Amino acid sequence: MNVVVLVKYVPDPQGTPELDDAFLVVREGTEGALDPGDEYAVEAGLRLVETHGGEVTLLTMGPETASAALRKGLSMGAHAGVHVVDPALRGSDALATARVLAAAVRRRPFDLVLAGVESTDGSTGTVPMTVAQLLELPSATFARALSVEDGVLRIERPTDLGFDVVEAPLPALATVTGSAPEPRYPTLKGIMQAKQKPVERLALADLGLSAEALAPTQRVVGLTRAQERAAGEVIQAGEDTAKRIVDLLAEAKVL
Amino acid sequence: MPPVFVYAEVTPEGPRPVALELLTKARSLGDPVAAVALGPGATAAAETLGAYGASTVFANDDPVFSETLGHAAALSLAGLVEEHRPGLVLFSTSHDARDVAGRLQALTGSTLMSNATDLSATDRAQMPIFGGAVTVEVALEGPDPKIVLVRPTSFAAEPSGGTATVEPVPVPQGSPWPRRVERHEEAATGPRLEEARVVVSGGRGLQEASNFALLEELAGLLKGAVGASRAVVDAGWVPYSYQIGQTGRTVKPEVYIAVGISGATQHVVGMKGAKRIVAINKDPDAPIFRLADLGVVGDALTVVPQVIAEIRSRRG
Ligand SMILES: Cc1cc2nc3c(=O)[nH]c(=O)nc-3n(C[C@H](O)[C@H](O)[C@H](O)COP(=O)(O)OP(=O)(O)OC[C@H]3O[C@@H](n4cnc5c(N)ncnc54)[C@H](O)[C@@H]3O)c2cc1C
Ligand SMILES: Nc1ncnc2c1ncn2[C@@H]1O[C@H](COP(=O)(O)O)[C@@H](O)[C@H]1O
Repeated sequence: MNVVVLVKYVPDPQGTPELDDAFLVVREGTEGALDPGDEYAVEAGLRLVETHGGEVTLLTMGPETASAALRKGLSMGAHAGVHVVDPALRGSDALATARVLAAAVRRRPFDLVLAGVESTDGSTGTVPMTVAQLLELPSATFARALSVEDGVLRIERPTDLGFDVVEAPLPALATVTGSAPEPRYPTLKGIMQAKQKPVERLALADLGLSAEALAPTQRVVGLTRAQERAAGEVIQAGEDTAKRIVDLLAEAKVL
Repeated sequence: MPPVFVYAEVTPEGPRPVALELLTKARSLGDPVAAVALGPGATAAAETLGAYGASTVFANDDPVFSETLGHAAALSLAGLVEEHRPGLVLFSTSHDARDVAGRLQALTGSTLMSNATDLSATDRAQMPIFGGAVTVEVALEGPDPKIVLVRPTSFAAEPSGGTATVEPVPVPQGSPWPRRVERHEEAATGPRLEEARVVVSGGRGLQEASNFALLEELAGLLKGAVGASRAVVDAGWVPYSYQIGQTGRTVKPEVYIAVGISGATQHVVGMKGAKRIVAINKDPDAPIFRLADLGVVGDALTVVPQVIAEIRSRRG
């Protein structure tokens, strides 16, 4: 079975992102990485092909530096990468991103598309569903467990009071949460092998898309810094800690 | 003003509170305001939806809407959009709403903004970024309707005293659907997180899943609810429904007690609206102390039992 995983390159998840003059997140020249959330989708894809055979192809849209995200996933064990890179894509919004990803997925046969639930930097949390609708695929979202049997995808989806089991016939799309099995670490061998694995580069023209059709539809027109909540008192735990906390509860009339 | 649609999530027990919040806001953005309620409980919810500002409720109780993860709902909604041409469709940021909104965007080809906390017009919305340190004002362009997903509890729900006419919605033809084939639920105990006056929340600093029992006990004494950081939800200590933060719930209780939680920006956006914040953490440099009214540097497993004992002794 052939699995395509949508992986995003994000600025250092630990660092503080910066905005440029046009209020776009600075992606060039910053340390970045494969979105930690997407590693769960890569892991889920690898497990499925380990059980059923086939290949995992990673697909990313992003600047030159985004190839680092592909390299990480390839060193985890994915088989090939596709990198959509085009200057016209800078500042793409959710719809443009989904259109590009859908067009790139369509280029070859696949059984399953996997994605993270939301990106660390954009956190729109809807791009995969838009891709699914553009490809007219059923989608099973927010999976913490996935399996495939007889051409049917089966997932567990957490809910307010427990979880649901959802099934979708393949080909399908699923999004994978951080409650799914932990992503593996790349081995040294994996890192070495990653360098030999094929990565296809595509520009907009290769996808039959025009820059005009993908023009951004959102503009940041203003920015306000939030008022910091004033810090209160910090005390060392000691004799009267419990008394202090319970006094506060009494003051708040919740006791 | 252009018509505004609210995608109103409903259950057989009634509309979700966020539906009423969105209707309240929609009244100041457009006219008329219509709610789209799909799935079991839709028709019964119409009266309440009307009382909060919907003049029309497009409704269908068919379970196909709740069992197909937004597929059927998105197709029906696209049909209604085509016919009534709203300038804006409002959603919550819940998982169920995201399924519908993402698909609707593909069908309408219009812009979509998520994580909004306010709107000043049908094409102007605000969104906090960088964990709430900065709020950006975004102009939404391109074809109508604008699609905006709003974080729950961004607005207070206020009744308008109106009434709604119910308009039936046809079940769409489409396939292949995904299907919910099993439902596993446990009965909820205590108040809902969003409604609780006290939220006692735990993070990785609790060391082990079993230590959540301490928080359950404390919350029980205060008639409060228990929440959690994503780290412990992902670790499987507590269900996802406990998660507070950017990708979980937003709570605004009278008192929020953060136990063994570092205070990552993604957690903080979900709780910084609390009236009072108490933090217990053994690291004096934990970011959570920067917003706590009372910060205690200490071991959670020592301090929480002391607090429980103190409450018990005051109550005699
Ligand atoms: C896109 C995205 C979305 C996210 N959404 C959310 C979200 O919705 N909600 C959320 O919570 N997080 C979210 N996160 C994760 C977030 O960044 C943090 O990783 C998470 O909140 C950390 O959880 P924690 O505080 O429990 O764990 P840690 O950061 O590991 O903190 C544990 C704390 O416990 C303290 N501690 C240890 N032992 C003790 C002890 N004995 N007594 C007292 N204190 C002790 C430590 O000093 C430390 O401060 C998101 C991340 C991303 C990238
Ligand atoms: N530029 C991109 N390239 C590849 N995948 C992406 C991209 N943007 C979003 N995705 C996928 O969509 C998921 C949700 O992202 P978002 O909707 O932006 O929060 C991510 O976890 C990725 O799997």
